[in-house]
Amino acid sequence: MTIDENARYLESHEWARKEGNLFTIGISDHAQSLLSDIVYVELPEIDDELEKEELFGVVESVKAASDVYLPLSGTVVEVNEELLDAPELINEDAFGDGWIIKIKADDKDEWKELMDADAYRAFIK
Amino acid sequence: MVYVPHTEAERREMLAVIGVESMEELFQDIPAAHRYPQLELPEPLSEMEVMQELQELSAASLNANEAPTFLGAGAYRHWVPSVVNHIIGRSEFATAYTPYQPEISQGTLQAIFEYQSLICDLTGMEVANASHYDGATAAAEAVIQAVSASRMKRKKIIVSPYVNPQYRQVIHTYTQGMGLEIAGEATSGALAELVQLVDKQTACLIVQSPNFLGELESLEGLAAEVHARNKKTLLAVATNPLSLGLFTPPGAYGADIVMGEGQPLGLGLNFGGPYLGFYATREKYKRNLAGRLVGQTVDKEGQRGYVLTLSTREQHIRRERATSNICTNQGLMALAAAIYLSTLGKQGLRQVAELNYQKAHYAAQQIDALEAFSVLTTKPFFNEFVVQCPAPAAEINEFLLNGWMFDIIGGYDLSKDYPDRQNQMLLAVTEMNTRTEIDDLVHALAGFEAHRILGGDHE
Amino acid sequence: MSEQLIYELSVPGRSGTRPPKLDVPLTALPTELLRDKLPLPEVSEIDLVRHYLRLSQLNYSLDHGMYPLGSCTMKYNPKVNEAAASLPGFTGLHPRQDEATVQGALYIMYQLQEQLKEIGGFAGMTLQPAAGAHGELTGVLIMRKYQLDRGEMQRDTILVPDSAHGTNPASTHMSGLRVVEIPSDERGNVDLAALKSQLSDRVVGLMLTNPNTLGLFDENLLEIIELVHECGGLVYGDGANMNALLGIMRPGDAGIDVMHFNLHKTFSTPHGGGGPGSGPVGVAEQLVEFLPGPVVRQAISVEDEFPYYTLHTPTQSIGPVKSFWGHFGVIVRAYTYIRMLGAEGLRRTAEHAVLNANYLLRRIEGVYHVPYNRLCQHEFVVEGHFEDAPEVHALDIAKRLIDYGVHPPTNYFPLIVHEALMIEPTETESKQSVDHYAELLLKIAVEARETPELLQEAPHNAPVRRMDEIRAARQPILRYVPVDSR
Repeated sequence: MTIDENARYLESHEWARKEGNLFTIGISDHAQSLLSDIVYVELPEIDDELEKEELFGVVESVKAASDVYLPLSGTVVEVNEELLDAPELINEDAFGDGWIIKIKADDKDEWKELMDADAYRAFIK
Repeated sequence: MVYVPHTEAERREMLAVIGVESMEELFQDIPAAHRYPQLELPEPLSEMEVMQELQELSAASLNANEAPTFLGAGAYRHWVPSVVNHIIGRSEFATAYTPYQPEISQGTLQAIFEYQSLICDLTGMEVANASHYDGATAAAEAVIQAVSASRMKRKKIIVSPYVNPQYRQVIHTYTQGMGLEIAGEATSGALAELVQLVDKQTACLIVQSPNFLGELESLEGLAAEVHARNKKTLLAVATNPLSLGLFTPPGAYGADIVMGEGQPLGLGLNFGGPYLGFYATREKYKRNLAGRLVGQTVDKEGQRGYVLTLSTREQHIRRERATSNICTNQGLMALAAAIYLSTLGKQGLRQVAELNYQKAHYAAQQIDALEAFSVLTTKPFFNEFVVQCPAPAAEINEFLLNGWMFDIIGGYDLSKDYPDRQNQMLLAVTEMNTRTEIDDLVHALAGFEAHRILGGDHE
Repeated sequence: MSEQLIYELSVPGRSGTRPPKLDVPLTALPTELLRDKLPLPEVSEIDLVRHYLRLSQLNYSLDHGMYPLGSCTMKYNPKVNEAAASLPGFTGLHPRQDEATVQGALYIMYQLQEQLKEIGGFAGMTLQPAAGAHGELTGVLIMRKYQLDRGEMQRDTILVPDSAHGTNPASTHMSGLRVVEIPSDERGNVDLAALKSQLSDRVVGLMLTNPNTLGLFDENLLEIIELVHECGGLVYGDGANMNALLGIMRPGDAGIDVMHFNLHKTFSTPHGGGGPGSGPVGVAEQLVEFLPGPVVRQAISVEDEFPYYTLHTPTQSIGPVKSFWGHFGVIVRAYTYIRMLGAEGLRRTAEHAVLNANYLLRRIEGVYHVPYNRLCQHEFVVEGHFEDAPEVHALDIAKRLIDYGVHPPTNYFPLIVHEALMIEPTETESKQSVDHYAELLLKIAVEARETPELLQEAPHNAPVRRMDEIRAARQPILRYVPVDSR
């Protein structure tokens, strides 16, 4: 089980990581292991404006379909289209190639409200 | 006791293993005040007696297969090849459950996969599900697909007044808690007028072709017009699947959803059910599709096989976030439709469709030639058309049934659904109606005129 | 063992039928509307019959052997039902025929409405819903409209126990209402304290499956119903498990306000590989006018020698939930079943369903862990997992049963039991058949320790091996595409 020390987390297991002006969003390695083999990822559209904790997509495995919620309010600027053909990237590398979207955040303070890596590690124990 | 095989000795032995003295002890959790009610039901009968009673009840109705019938309006009398009921009656298909264990359900799964393929080919679409309950519920599921594809953001739907009134009613019933705006039903039904209603809020436009009056709508260019006004609005088209043996399918005109009543494909009239809601959509919506889907895959040894797939959308996993609450499909009816389409095949389906077209047109011409009756349908039609009558349709039907020299089951009284269509009757003519039957109907209608002129009517 | 697709059997120019000759003068076809290609298969009748016969042989069915799928009530489907439903005066009726010409059919519908009312203790009944989940949607819409019509606009919540069928929350959501889940207590009953904490004037009603999906009758049923009624809510009963209660208790007597029946479970109509079902809904007095229409009424007339039956739409109806009035073919079968059994036969049905379940439970308890171990109703749930065989899962046990020529139980449901195996033998299985099943389960428990790979690799002798479901879901192939157009 890996945890990205640079990311921050929601209790629903989404992570956000600051990269320049943008935030990259995905689901944690822990979440992907609970879901098992991921078969499909439903992505939002570019320019969608979403609130914090609003639904932005669905991650489906053979066993379950899990809604995914946005850690920070913002506008979608990029989606990981590789996931459409290779959803298993989330299983293989949840914090890397398995990223889901990139957003331009509305309110940088929301970042501070998220769990840091240590808090998340304790949370999933 | 008919279907319980236990002997008294076995019962005693089993109760002893459980550790109770009597059957009643098994029910100790049931509140005593309500335990063992006396049910007022008729005495049980032997199989012979039950069948005698049912044969009498069967004979107490007028079988539409034994009288010249010109009634359609959503359910049609067609020839069902003998192989259809022979195969769907087999225990291996009829007494199996939903194929949750694919290793021992390949028969059902492959048959549904073939059904899905046949529906795609027939409708000109890319993905079909394993069916809905009937045409009306399929129409309601189209609305739900369109609205949920918008994540409940587009809440207006537009429905042509000439979509089958039952479909429209069921759409209203299903969506009464969803806060939707349903527009279009009060319009003239002209496609141009309906398209004008498409706006930013519109999830879908639903039309039917052949529509409830039997007319083929001109679908050419409709999808482009709808999408030009809002690229996210879905165009859903209800259709009679048998008409697609002859006519260009809605899929070829760019429809996003094609659905309708599958009863004409080898299902008996059965007094309204069980029927079949067929449902097809575009590849890109395959994961928004409610109901069951069968997919092709391989087993661990690489052998081709079939499984229920994309089932995470379903209620038993997603619970309140499910796409729909639909659980069963119409498995056996989908099998019947698949057998029907395969038996008739490429040529047969076209021939049967053409027989419907030819006979209906012959009937329309003959009726239109009568003094007091005129055919109102001016657009091309398939096997149904509207006749303007000299009296209320109910009165004419009564005459055909009881006032003529033999029973004829007449057409559908359109004033029941369209109050401004007084004295209008919707007549359906299928391959089952011989020329003699059609000529008899025409004579009977002429007889009705004479009967009125002679003052013999009921008033 | 596999069978080609019907498309792969196609030979251009063949047909399985010959339509009648055209006997009317030709009318020109509207050429601009004609389709150019119709890619349907072309097969002869014998090719077709053999294809479907071979397909049928790849299926396991109830007529092969025991099929103890929990919550599905796979009881024997009597053949007289089929004979009855195929009578020409039923199959040949057009649903839009004049009422006077379909009195035989309306009589059957009326009688079945009355019989189901009597069996369930209800004041009104609709036969329209096409399946259990459809009945649930109907029931929730009725409860919603009842509350709205009496001005309780703030009521927006349906309480659903966590042991409920997944369709309960799904039906609620479709009705635009909010779902609040209520946990179960350690005896498998609805947790009363949790229920009380959620009762308020926002509650439309509670959806209760009783016996619940653990196969247990809720020991606090009357108190639960009273609590919900006190706060102005209604109680919906999921009748999927009615097989345990026939002639034993009428849910309406206990205060259940709305309930759907499953004719394809309790009343012995065939499941058809997933339909057609039928889900009639019964309601208490205050809800009768909210039923979907039409329902059948008996016209009371002193002059008439014979009663006359009419179709009638209730005054405050939620509206129809499908075309016409239900799956008439299924209705005839259920009516036939009730006529064969009578009150006495129905009671004995429930008794033996419960007898078989408890007997099977006693035969395997100890070997299989029973998380809620008390007298069960018509079904029970065990864990399909052994501490000393950690690599074997409920799925492996299910697949191994296939090797022994029987159908597995429902697995992984209900969700509140880890590795659940949910077993419902039904009353039509003999003691020998139940004993055989018990012995297989005990044998598999031994195999789980000794030769776990036998289970993990199972089934070994089914027409196909375990299927690659991940591949099916990642790159779905949902229709046949001819090789030359790929």
